[in-house]
Amino acid sequence: MSLVVFTALVGVMIAPGHLHPVIGFTALLCIAVGAGAAGVLNMWYDADIDAVMRRTSARPIPQGRIAPGEALAFGIVLAAFAVGVLGLLVSWLAAALLAFTIFFYVAVYTAWLKRWTPQNIVIGGAAGAFPPIIGWVATTGSISLEPCLLFLIIFCWTPPHFWSLSLVRADDYARARVPMLPVVAGPEETRRQILLYSIGLVPIGAAPWLFGYAHTIYGVTAFLAGALMVAFAWRVRCEREGSALSVPRTISSLSQSSICSSSSRCCWSRVA
Amino acid sequence: MEERPKRIILTDEQKRRRRARSIAIALALGALAVLFYVVTLVKGPAVLNRPL
Repeated sequence: MSLVVFTALVGVMIAPGHLHPVIGFTALLCIAVGAGAAGVLNMWYDADIDAVMRRTSARPIPQGRIAPGEALAFGIVLAAFAVGVLGLLVSWLAAALLAFTIFFYVAVYTAWLKRWTPQNIVIGGAAGAFPPIIGWVATTGSISLEPCLLFLIIFCWTPPHFWSLSLVRADDYARARVPMLPVVAGPEETRRQILLYSIGLVPIGAAPWLFGYAHTIYGVTAFLAGALMVAFAWRVRCEREGSALSVPRTISSLSQSSICSSSSRCCWSRVA
Repeated sequence: MEERPKRIILTDEQKRRRRARSIAIALALGALAVLFYVVTLVKGPAVLNRPL
């Protein structure tokens, strides 16, 4: 949620033109509520999976604190209000993108890809990458290349981030019959894919500077953060069962550094 | 003798939860009204202009 709001804020701030703070706040509020709605609908659909996974078994529906029907109604109402208010007060194009994002997360990722293919979070990661585009559109009313580069950064960052988490929780995913990469292809292949994606992310993270949209400070920061992420991914690739105690710590560091690098990449300063 | 229809009797816990839900909905609707009011002030006559 915090990453969604932060990247949407970046989309609002780097966009050319002026957006009144109240309208900007409204846009971020609607995007946050929309993300919350998508989360509710995800928990409604995945209640059976959540119940058998340690990480998610304490969620309200598996615990019986909220009835599934009530969660479904709550999620639909939240989504409708988020899209409707964004359209009425900010921009209907931004609202349409928010509606598509919620649909993509719930119908395409949650209901279709998640239980079907190990590429689930590769394709499904698009849902989490849309907020900067929505923020940009809320300000400008149109789409251009700059927010699409931000989309690309988050889209390519999502798989190594989630694969590092799923490495630690592979037994959970196997018990829930979710075909995450460590379950289907094994931890070795997952570690290799994490490293490959992390290497590929370095030029993508620096793309805004390479395309001339961002200051050199941004380019240097992006390269340093990308190198840090590759270094952590390399440790995850190399460390084995013999040093099992340090592996989860390294993976945790990889996740944290990847979030930081993603965030820092988003903070660009426009070339005057 | 005609049997009276059974009514649902809420427990104290259910009544407490219903009250909490009602307050949450009232606060959300109030916040929405304030948001629309403030945005109308900010946009002025342009509030009716809603381009794509």
